[in-house]
Amino acid sequence: MLTLTCPNCGVAACETELAAGGEAHLKRYGPGSTDEQFEEYMFMRPNVKGVHFERWRHAAGCGKWFLAARDTATLEVFGTYSAQTTEPPANIIDAIKAKRPDWSQS
Amino acid sequence: MSHRLETHGRLIDRASTVKFTFNGKWLRGHLGDTLASALLANDRMLVGRSFKYHRPRGIVASGGEEPNALVNLGKGDRHEPNQRVTTTELFHDLRATSQNHWPSLEFDVGAINASLSRFLPAGFYYKTFMFPRAFWKHVFEPVIRQSAGLGSAPHPETRDPDRYEHFYAHVDMVVAGGGIAGLISALAAGRAGKRVLLVEQNAHWGGRAPVDGDVIDGKPAGEWVKDAVEQLEKMENVTLRLRTQLSGVYDHGYALAYERISDHLGEEGAPRHRLWRIRAGQIISATGAIERPLSFPGNDKPGVMLASAVRDYIVNYGVTPGDRIVVVTNNDDGYRTALAAHEAGVGVACVVDPRPEVTGALPEQVRALGVPIHAGSAISKVKGLKRVVSVRVQPYAEDDGSYEEISCDAVAMSGGWSPVVHLWSHCGGKLNWDEAQACFSPDPDRPPTNQNGEGFVTCVGAAAGGLRGDVAAASVAARLSALGIDAPAIPVDTPDEAPLAPVWVMPVYAGAKKRSKMWLDFQNDVKVSDVMLAAQEGYESVEHTKRYTTLGMATDQGKLSNINGLAVLAEALDKGIPQVGTTTFRPPYTPISMGAIAGEARGEIFQPLRRTPIHAWHEEQGAYMEPVGHWRRPYCFPQGSESHEDAVKREINATRNSLGLLDASTLGKIIVKGPDAPKFMDMLYTNMMSSLKPGKCRYGLMCNENGFLMDDGVVVRLDEDTFLCHTTSGGADHVHAHMEDWLQCEWWDWQVYTANVTEQWAQIAVVGPNARKLLEKLGGMDVSKDALAFMEMAEGKLGGFDARVFRISFSGELSYEIAVPASQGRAFWDALHEAGAEWNATPYGTEALHVMRAEKGFIMIGDETDGTVIPQDLGLNWAISKKKEDFLGKRGQERTYLASEDRWQLVGLESLDGSVLPDGSYCVARGFNANGQTNVQGRVTSTYYSPTLERGIAMGLVHKGPERMGETVEFNTVDGGRVQAKIVSPVFFDPEGEKQNV
Repeated sequence: MLTLTCPNCGVAACETELAAGGEAHLKRYGPGSTDEQFEEYMFMRPNVKGVHFERWRHAAGCGKWFLAARDTATLEVFGTYSAQTTEPPANIIDAIKAKRPDWSQS
Repeated sequence: MSHRLETHGRLIDRASTVKFTFNGKWLRGHLGDTLASALLANDRMLVGRSFKYHRPRGIVASGGEEPNALVNLGKGDRHEPNQRVTTTELFHDLRATSQNHWPSLEFDVGAINASLSRFLPAGFYYKTFMFPRAFWKHVFEPVIRQSAGLGSAPHPETRDPDRYEHFYAHVDMVVAGGGIAGLISALAAGRAGKRVLLVEQNAHWGGRAPVDGDVIDGKPAGEWVKDAVEQLEKMENVTLRLRTQLSGVYDHGYALAYERISDHLGEEGAPRHRLWRIRAGQIISATGAIERPLSFPGNDKPGVMLASAVRDYIVNYGVTPGDRIVVVTNNDDGYRTALAAHEAGVGVACVVDPRPEVTGALPEQVRALGVPIHAGSAISKVKGLKRVVSVRVQPYAEDDGSYEEISCDAVAMSGGWSPVVHLWSHCGGKLNWDEAQACFSPDPDRPPTNQNGEGFVTCVGAAAGGLRGDVAAASVAARLSALGIDAPAIPVDTPDEAPLAPVWVMPVYAGAKKRSKMWLDFQNDVKVSDVMLAAQEGYESVEHTKRYTTLGMATDQGKLSNINGLAVLAEALDKGIPQVGTTTFRPPYTPISMGAIAGEARGEIFQPLRRTPIHAWHEEQGAYMEPVGHWRRPYCFPQGSESHEDAVKREINATRNSLGLLDASTLGKIIVKGPDAPKFMDMLYTNMMSSLKPGKCRYGLMCNENGFLMDDGVVVRLDEDTFLCHTTSGGADHVHAHMEDWLQCEWWDWQVYTANVTEQWAQIAVVGPNARKLLEKLGGMDVSKDALAFMEMAEGKLGGFDARVFRISFSGELSYEIAVPASQGRAFWDALHEAGAEWNATPYGTEALHVMRAEKGFIMIGDETDGTVIPQDLGLNWAISKKKEDFLGKRGQERTYLASEDRWQLVGLESLDGSVLPDGSYCVARGFNANGQTNVQGRVTSTYYSPTLERGIAMGLVHKGPERMGETVEFNTVDGGRVQAKIVSPVFFDPEGEKQNV
């Protein structure tokens, strides 16, 4: 039962209030893309063990989506941030590197 | 014999009498007894039978770890199987019966399995029931089902008459365990101003210390405990709960506690159990330790008990399991039992100890009492069937042929202690093997971690590996100070103890025959020989061995057996115990009731119900309701003794011939508004929505990014930048979430706002040849063919109501769907009925709606679609814009498999004999697939009796169906038969739309 702080409403939300939305920062490929690009976008999730950027919706709360950086193995949360961004902000990257010096963004 | 002593019994009230029954016979105990102590006081040594061999079994332990003494409790709808007698407090009129035997506990036919045990080794099931294949279904499975299972489950229709509830608690610290370590922790945290919840699974504070005679801070343990609890009760920031077990630890400091509120009262009124749902900053596990049995031949016989349990029964309840006890122990602590027994006037025949030299302080006390100590010895045999008669004592290490028979009626065994590390391990806390104490203990450097990457469980006392009183107390101060809480070092006087001998099998030289009589898992009948066989057959992983042998898979989850079992496995594999490792500890610690998990969420409040503004009217009319999402909708409105089938026919005929009314309020209604709304609508729907004119309606399809059809409904353009999207009844929330996902996470710079307004409006479909006449009678709006054409919308006052009138049809009839504010819904419905009486206005339900849409070949999400169907499969290409560069699902639909012509596609199906095709039946093709199953080429998606056409009609997906019009194909039936049907157009009724376009 994770707790994640919703950056939109500030509530430290229990997992029962949240809906998981899979990996964050996917680039959408629509018409005109190759089969490989579309496959990558739709299906090829690396399913990492370790630092992971992911989408959550505060479904039984303010209803807004947000993103979280979390270690999938230890469940440590490095931070939550706005969904309106194409890449993790600097403060999140810093928070991860402070805890996981060997980690690099691939 | 086991009986009540004249002295001792600190927990019982000897002045009281409590009557209870065991297997129908009335017995007496005292207030403060557990069912276990009361049974022993009545000389009930035999309390059950084991699972596999039906061996006679007695009480082994005195707490939650008890593997043997499980009984059925209560009767009728309060019947509960597999209740441990050791944790059941006695109350007046308690009814218990033993389980897993037939015809009686004393004489059990299943015990024949024991004499066949040679043929029932580990993995027996896997080896025996493989071949021949047909035997499984007809011979093996019925026999196994007959003999499987412990206890008897209540009848499935039984309704639990008791109440259960949930509590939510947010605390700085929850302390699990009210023994000395737990009390010291709670006191320290309480003084530091923390919000503390202290829970103890038993009915008494203090744990083992008052029994074992430790002196704490200069006071006898019992007195110290009393003082500590008094102090805690005065602290406002500390909550104390007895009979409450912290049963599981979960991610990020979440924990569940299981409180048994009124089980011990045997009366109604209070909730029975309570589930605490806790968020804690820190969880202190002061859960103590559990004594291990020793593996010697015959260690499962009634009368062989844990040494600690024997002294618990003597000291706490004034009950002894026998008059002449043999103690067998590999450690000094076991001698406490000899001392306690002697002090209570119970004979101690001897102490058997495999250690060659026995010189500790406690053994010396025993020796001084004149009790013989057989050092370097082992028990090699236990005589007696339903209770112990004597034991054979032989040298432990080497067989020199000598032995001694010692008569006794109880054996107290101690194989050392294992810290209760369950709460530490539930979320991944790691363990170290403690060589000196021969146990796994928590590694404080590798705790389970929370959202901040910090440890959130701390073990203290015996649970931290401090198996001696003074070490345990010292660990509390050390561990709490690491958390920044000042805990005073409390001196505990406890005698020095010599090291234990790690003994996993006794005697060492026991052969195969003796090892097949050494029990590891008492409940599941797993013996030393079974684990050795598993190792011999190549099972190296402890997790595999567990499942192959069923070691630790019983209701006690291996609390007694696991360490002994994996030590035997390690020895057989010639590995170290830490290399073999433990199986996974999973919550709950001991079984908790399903009622507690459900709490109040049952019956009517299991799930909140959504009601339309007209719901009450439906119920008044006696409508037969069906669930649609969280809604309840009328399926039909039977009149008098009318059958559902007849009601549906009547409703359809009334609608097609005159006038029907449908409560369509459940239909999803979502507003999409903003300057970029047209652009957004074009992405959401396969159709071109930006070209829709204000005041017009268009049927739209919504696909997911994969290309599969997700939802459908009529879109209305209310004004330039506002759309009203109708969705399916069950789909509104999901569709709204889908919209928000794309708006918030992909196109966040688009200026669009969405709102789910489903419940703001009541919506009523007025359907049938007389629909227009009814609206004209109500008056106020021009609803003529010219003023309000098909697929148009108008707003105004209709009969005095604020109405939005949509001229749309899901039935093929002249039809208006009229939305009014929810608050006016019921009045509007009543007005329609009153004004429509002259045309026999008939309310119709969802079944009539379904049949009429099927007669017209309209698809239904969830019938014609199942998440693998694209609009093209359903002949809906006309609703897919070819002009748009992009929409959700467009790229997905371009994939070769979806773009292929070689797919199952929508057709109508008419059975040749006019019957209704079975729902979901498959269209049979020639030949068989690789698995020997009949090949199929399609399936039925909707099938009904059409009162309009007076025959069965169906829709289905058939391989290249639209190219095969007129062809006859076969469908399978439930009874294995076949039924023939002709492929036809899915539009069965009024294909030209003459009825709706009037």
